[in-house]
Amino acid sequence: MELIYEKSRPGRRACSLPVCDVPEIPVEQLIDRSLLREDVDLPEVAEIDLVRHYTGLSRRNFGVDIGFYPLGSCTMKYNPKINEEVARLPGFTALHPYAPEIFAQGNLELMYELRKYLSEIFGMADFTLQPAAGAHGELTGVMIIKKYFEKKGQKRSKVLIPDMAHGTNPASVALCGFQVVTVHSNAEGGVDLEGLRGLMTEDVAGLMLTNPNTLGLFERNIEEVSNIVHGKGGLLYCDGANANAFLGITRPGDLGFDIIHLNLHKTFSTPHGCGGPGAGPLGVSRDLVPYLPVPRVIQKGRRYAWDGNYPDSIGRVRSFFGNFNVMVKAYTYIRSLGPEGLKRASENAVLNANYIKERLRSYYQLPYDRICMHECVFSGERQVKESGVHTTDIAKRLLDYGFHPPTIYFPLIVREAIMIEPNETESRETLDAFCDAMIAIAKEARENPELLKSAPHTTPVKRLDDVLAARKPDVCWSIDCM
Amino acid sequence: MDYVPHTAEDQRAMMKTVGIQSLEELFADIPTRYRLRRLLELPPAQSEAEVFDFMKGMGDENVPPRITLMGAGSYHHYIPAVVGHVISRSEFYTAYTPYQAEISQGILQAIYEYQTMVAKLTGTQVANASMYDGATAMAEAAVLSAKILNRGKIVVVKSVHPEYRQVVKTYAWANGYEVVETGYRKSGQIDAEALRAAIDENTATVLIQSPNFFGVIEDPGAVEKAVHEKGSYLVCGFTEATSLGILKPAGEAGADFVVGEGQSFGNPMNYGGPYLGIFASTGQFLRKIPGRLAGATVDKEKQRGFVLTLQTREQHIRREKATSNICSNEALCALAASVYLACLGKNLKRLAELNIQKARYLRERLLTLKGWEPAFPGPVYNEFVLRCPDPGRVNENLQSAGILGGYDVGRHFPELKDGLLFCATEMLKKDDIDDVVSILA
Repeated sequence: MELIYEKSRPGRRACSLPVCDVPEIPVEQLIDRSLLREDVDLPEVAEIDLVRHYTGLSRRNFGVDIGFYPLGSCTMKYNPKINEEVARLPGFTALHPYAPEIFAQGNLELMYELRKYLSEIFGMADFTLQPAAGAHGELTGVMIIKKYFEKKGQKRSKVLIPDMAHGTNPASVALCGFQVVTVHSNAEGGVDLEGLRGLMTEDVAGLMLTNPNTLGLFERNIEEVSNIVHGKGGLLYCDGANANAFLGITRPGDLGFDIIHLNLHKTFSTPHGCGGPGAGPLGVSRDLVPYLPVPRVIQKGRRYAWDGNYPDSIGRVRSFFGNFNVMVKAYTYIRSLGPEGLKRASENAVLNANYIKERLRSYYQLPYDRICMHECVFSGERQVKESGVHTTDIAKRLLDYGFHPPTIYFPLIVREAIMIEPNETESRETLDAFCDAMIAIAKEARENPELLKSAPHTTPVKRLDDVLAARKPDVCWSIDCM
Repeated sequence: MDYVPHTAEDQRAMMKTVGIQSLEELFADIPTRYRLRRLLELPPAQSEAEVFDFMKGMGDENVPPRITLMGAGSYHHYIPAVVGHVISRSEFYTAYTPYQAEISQGILQAIYEYQTMVAKLTGTQVANASMYDGATAMAEAAVLSAKILNRGKIVVVKSVHPEYRQVVKTYAWANGYEVVETGYRKSGQIDAEALRAAIDENTATVLIQSPNFFGVIEDPGAVEKAVHEKGSYLVCGFTEATSLGILKPAGEAGADFVVGEGQSFGNPMNYGGPYLGIFASTGQFLRKIPGRLAGATVDKEKQRGFVLTLQTREQHIRREKATSNICSNEALCALAASVYLACLGKNLKRLAELNIQKARYLRERLLTLKGWEPAFPGPVYNEFVLRCPDPGRVNENLQSAGILGGYDVGRHFPELKDGLLFCATEMLKKDDIDDVVSILA
């Protein structure tokens, strides 16, 4: 498809501006010419060109509303339309962040209550809603760990991270000046307790654990893990990316976690928007509340207000108050589902993952054969050995069947990993159709491996050359490229 | 309403396949004593109509003003109808990060076009797919500079938005870097002498903003030499993106990084978010900048296509060697910005002129009030600080007339305790301005 710049024709326009109703003075008399620009190089198109361009692009994009999207660890559940409708109400969109509190009582109440709801669901003392994404919440969480030990006057230089953790974990830790120490997993896909005991010293600030972990397995020894970490004065951090597995079933706070970050765009159904905006609230236990970012919304009698007076706070991690409009959607979702609905969501998310695991187990290698939580992880190694077909080929072939592929090559501890997260919002027929496609692909891999290696065959573009893109980067268009 | 499609029969059949008698068995790995034996204490489920009614009531507890004179990092602009329509297409908003390029060409091409628009507007060679907001974009540019140069000092001019400085301080503290603040002169612009004195061999970067927090336009070219002489990087920020339509781009004036808030481009004020952080740099940082980048390539039939590229910069591969932990962007906000910019086209310049004219008229009219004085004589875009006899009273009077007044700059600048920061965009009509002045007269 042509670029919007390639469709540009001098003199076309898609907007109309109001006539200036105040006396005009030439800009050059107000601002020195040396501070002004010559030209603005933006496309010139008519409104219909604009609409057809972006409608055309949208038709080359795959979303949850088009089909099954079992991307592991990303919780691509259905995004209820009511949430969008509510979030577009002018009462929520039109307010300036510096509007006086008295004009923003609805927003403040929503944020105050959302914090309370999340605290109850996860068993934490309090939450901040300021972080703009999961990774941002995680960075905020590690900053709080740093502040906690700073205030205690303890120098701790390391943070423990399991070998199967999300890549953001070590990155967040490194950005707070800690050294990353890897904890290995045991044969059943949990934390190796002996290894943990050996590594957990008084120089270690804590352990960042994803639970259920990235194999989709619940950490059975969570009590011992908690005891080992806390026994040496460390903090236990929960990467809450997989929180869709346990709503109303268990609570990280009860399990001994001191900190948890969430992803409202995963667990609480706010749309992923092609990679954002999301929101990454961070919950903490009682001892860590003083360190949460500022400002915080508080209740004063029957009114709500902002309060920035927390001297031990790590400070601000974002301007204003976070991705407010995303919070509106998550709040609406919690009110729609209620306590029974949240529990039913998790139960069915877990049932669906186990159903897929059972249906596919004879066709793909299952490296950890246990009851799984909301996702299951297979390996494509059998296909590599039998027919030289790799996981990426299986994923690309799934595109021809009309499905978004699972997460692939993650977690790193599983070779040729295929990580499937079906979510609770998918019907049995959809799950069956996906399993049938995976089974058909396993057969194709044996009988006609070339069909997979050259896939996809039905998409608007064929397999793309990533190596060329990285070797000769072209990240901005210019007229010379034509 | 829980959006679970299973019937009782579906569940029974699936449980049979899994080999369990009850759903409870699925959670066998969770130690029994940690399983919640009660329902969560949350309000009960509601029907869609009830939820809508309830939420509408909550939204209505907010009182949007009839006239807005507030800017200070979030701006009231008209959003053309096409913007909302495009970003409401669920092929876009229900998709995730384009990991599977062949079925994500729509957003990948849109991001590539966004990067192109941003690079052209900022006078740089490279722009990423966006950051969380303007403040984190500035903080990431500061941290990246320190990591590249292996230097531990960040210099920031006090006329940078106070919340941006706070975020920079939080990120710097976490990384163990020192932050030094330098002042501004009477014009409201950077005190170049003080800045020069603050830069030393350990200075990684100098953070400035134009237009700055006071609305005053800076000349990055005037400080660029002092920064580069010591081998430091110049980061130039902005909060009002529409100013890019008329002001000389900071990239052309010698900034190494141009970062700022993109909200003004087609995103509602939304009580502070979601917004998008614009992040652009000179070509030399192409392989270092944080966040996502869309790049052009070809498919095996040699047709043009787009992919996420230079992923080796990304956290999921670099892990503990990462210079940033960001692994997403504000894609839908960036899409809104692209549609907005394609819609405005070259008229972005005229929109910027309208902002300048309205602000000039508002400023001139407010200065007719008794005891009101300009705080800074420097040139401004659509915001300016005025000193007035009783800022608190001024805002109260405006508030009772349904008008959102100016930002009380005294909150962050004791020397400007009688100062209010006002903003006028194309949304402000002459009649509104005259109304404001008559209320305050």
